[in-house]
Amino acid sequence: MTAEVHEIPLSTTAERQAVTGEMGAAPAQDWVIVTRGIVRNYDMGGEVVHALRGVDLAVLRNEYVAIMGPSGSGKSTLMNLIGCLDTPTAGEYWLNGALVSEMKDDALARVRNREIGFVFQTFNLLPRATALHNVELPLVYAGVNSAERHKRAVEALERVQLADRMDHRPNELSGGQRQRVAIARALVNRPAILLADEPTGNLDSGTSEEIMRVFEELADEGQTVIMVTHESDIAAHARRIVVLRDGRISSDDRRENFVKKLPTKP
Amino acid sequence: MSFYEAIRLALAQIRVQKLKSFFTLLGVTIGVMFLIAVVSIVQGMSNYVEDAFAGKFLGVNTAYLRKFPDINTGNVTEAQWREWQRRPPITIADAYAVRDALPAGTGWAIDDVRWINAQSKYANGGPQVMAHASTSQLFAIKDLNVTEGRVFSDEEDQLGAPVVVIGTEVRQFFFPNLDPVGRDLKIGGLPFRVIGVLEKQGTVFGVPLDRQIFAPFHSPMQRFTGARINLAGVTVQAPNPAAMADIQETISELMRRRHKLHPAQPDDFVLETSASALSAWDTIKSYLVMAGIFLPAIGLVVGAIVIMNIMLVAVAERTREIGIRKSLGARRRDILAQFLVEAATLSTFGAAIGIGLGIGLSKFIAAVSPLPSSVALWSVGVAIVLGAGVGILAGIYPASRASRLDPIVALRAE
Repeated sequence: MTAEVHEIPLSTTAERQAVTGEMGAAPAQDWVIVTRGIVRNYDMGGEVVHALRGVDLAVLRNEYVAIMGPSGSGKSTLMNLIGCLDTPTAGEYWLNGALVSEMKDDALARVRNREIGFVFQTFNLLPRATALHNVELPLVYAGVNSAERHKRAVEALERVQLADRMDHRPNELSGGQRQRVAIARALVNRPAILLADEPTGNLDSGTSEEIMRVFEELADEGQTVIMVTHESDIAAHARRIVVLRDGRISSDDRRENFVKKLPTKP
Repeated sequence: MSFYEAIRLALAQIRVQKLKSFFTLLGVTIGVMFLIAVVSIVQGMSNYVEDAFAGKFLGVNTAYLRKFPDINTGNVTEAQWREWQRRPPITIADAYAVRDALPAGTGWAIDDVRWINAQSKYANGGPQVMAHASTSQLFAIKDLNVTEGRVFSDEEDQLGAPVVVIGTEVRQFFFPNLDPVGRDLKIGGLPFRVIGVLEKQGTVFGVPLDRQIFAPFHSPMQRFTGARINLAGVTVQAPNPAAMADIQETISELMRRRHKLHPAQPDDFVLETSASALSAWDTIKSYLVMAGIFLPAIGLVVGAIVIMNIMLVAVAERTREIGIRKSLGARRRDILAQFLVEAATLSTFGAAIGIGLGIGLSKFIAAVSPLPSSVALWSVGVAIVLGAGVGILAGIYPASRASRLDPIVALRAE
C-alpha cells in the first residue's frame, strides 16, 4: 500500500505536494508526518531571516529518514518544528493525525511527551540523576505512577542493554552508554517518532556505528526514526534521505540512489 | 507532575546542594528562630503572671475584698494614698455579712495577713514571717496542700486552737533538720503547735510564698495580725467564671449599703480579682507580642530576598535542565510548580530548623536568666505557614521566569 502512494524519488515540489495532499485535509492514517508549505522566519534585530521557505515533507509510519544539509540550510529549524519545540510562521504540520502547527504551549508539551522521543547530540541527560531516573522523566510528566514508571524504564534500559548500569549517573557512563540511555528515555513513552539530532556528533566512529546499529534495530522493529545529520556516512544508514538547501528540500531519495551520488572517499 | 513528585525533586535538590541550601535557609531560619524565641519568652512570662501570680497569689475565680488595692501596677499618687488611708476599715462584721449574702456554692474565707517576728527554741533569730489568721476554707480556695501533717479544721478554727501550718522556708529557718510537726513556733511569746508543712510554692514577684504561716482565725494569731482594726482581706471564690460578675455585684452592693454610700459616691473598698490585677499586664503583653512578631519579620524579608536571589541563580544554572524537561513534555505549570515547590520546601525546611533553634534558644534564655519560657503552639504554626509563604512569594518571580524559557534556547544553554 505504501509503495504506490510514496514513490521515491520525489524530485520536484509538485511531486512532493502530490504526496502531502491538500492544505487543511487530514492526511491518511499511514502518514505519521505531513508538512505543507512550512515557512519559518526569524526576526533578527529588524532583519527577517528566512530559515525555511516552504517545506513539503511526508513520512510514513515505520520509515527511517535522514534529513541532511549544510549548516544554514534550515535543518535545525525543521528538526525543532518536527519536534514541536517551535511553531511555523506559515504552513501546516500534521503529526500522527493531529494538526500541531495550530497548537499552543501546553498542548505542544503534551505532544512532545507522548509522540516524540528526542535523542540529542549532547545527550542532554540530567547530570545529577541516575540513568533510571533520566529514563523515568517523560513518564513523570505523563502522570504515570511510580511502580509502572519503574517497570517501563527498566524495560527501556534492557532494550538498549543497559539494565546493569541503571543506577549510574551520566558521568559514570561512556559516551555510547549515555546515548543509549538517551535512546531508552526517548522510547520509554512509546512515541510515534524517534527524533535524533546529530546523534553521533559527540561520539567516536566505533561508538557511532554501535548507536547506528541500535537505530537500525529500532527501525527493523517498526519504529519511525527521523535523524538530522550533516555527515553523509551517518545519513547513509537511513533508508531515505532528504537533503535541505537554503530552506527548501533539494532532494528526497532512497538510500541506494543517494549513496551512488556520494563522492568516493580518498 | 504531582505535588509529591515536586517535593521529592526539591528535597533531592537540597540534598545535592547542602551548603548552598544552608545559606539560603539562613535568613528564614534566623527569622523564625527569633520569632519562636521571643513569642515563647513572652508566653512564658504571660503564663507565669497568669498562673503563678493570679493562681498562687489570688486564687482561681477569686475576688478579694480589701480596703485598698494590694497589687498596684501603676504609680500611686500621694492624694490617692491619703484617700485610701481615710477609708473605713473592713471589719469582721463585714466579713460575716459578705458570707451571709453569698449564693450557695460560693467559697468564702477571712484572710488577715501581717509580717511579724517568730521564734523557736531550735534557732537563733530568723526572718519575719508572713502570718495569716484565716478561716479554714482558705486552704481550699488557694489550693494550698501540705506535704507533711495536715491543715487545721473548721472546728479548730471555731475553738481558736493555737495551731499553725508553715511554709518550707519557715521550716528550714526555725526547725533545721527537725520534724517540725508537733513542735512549737512562738509568735509574740505565744506557742503555736505546728500541725503541717505546705508544699513548696516559690517566689512570686519577690514575695516569698514559702515564708508564710497559717493559723486559725479565731486563734490568738488575730491579735498579732490586727484583725480587729482592719481585715487585710476577705476572699470569695466563684464556682465558675460565669458566676464571678454576679458575686462581685452582690458584694459591692452589700458593702456600699453597709458604708452608707450615696449612688454618686465612689466605692471606698476594692474587690480585687486576677482580671483587675492583670489588666496592665495584658497591655504590656500585646506590645511585646507585636515586637516579637515585627522584629523577626525583618529577618524573614531578608530571607525572602536571599531565596529569590538563589532561585534566580538556580534558574540560570539549570536553564539546560529546564530545556531538557520541556523537551520531554514538561508544561509551563510543571516547571513553575517545580521551582515554587523547591523554594517553598527550602524555606519551610529553614523554618523547621528555626523552630528547633528557637525552642532551644528560649529554653537557653530561660535557663540562664530569670525569664520563663513556654513554647506557644500557635507560634509554631505561624512559623511553618510563614516559612512556606515566604518561599512561595520569593519563588514566584524566578519560577515564572523558568517556566517561560523557550525550550530551544534553553536546550542550547551551557
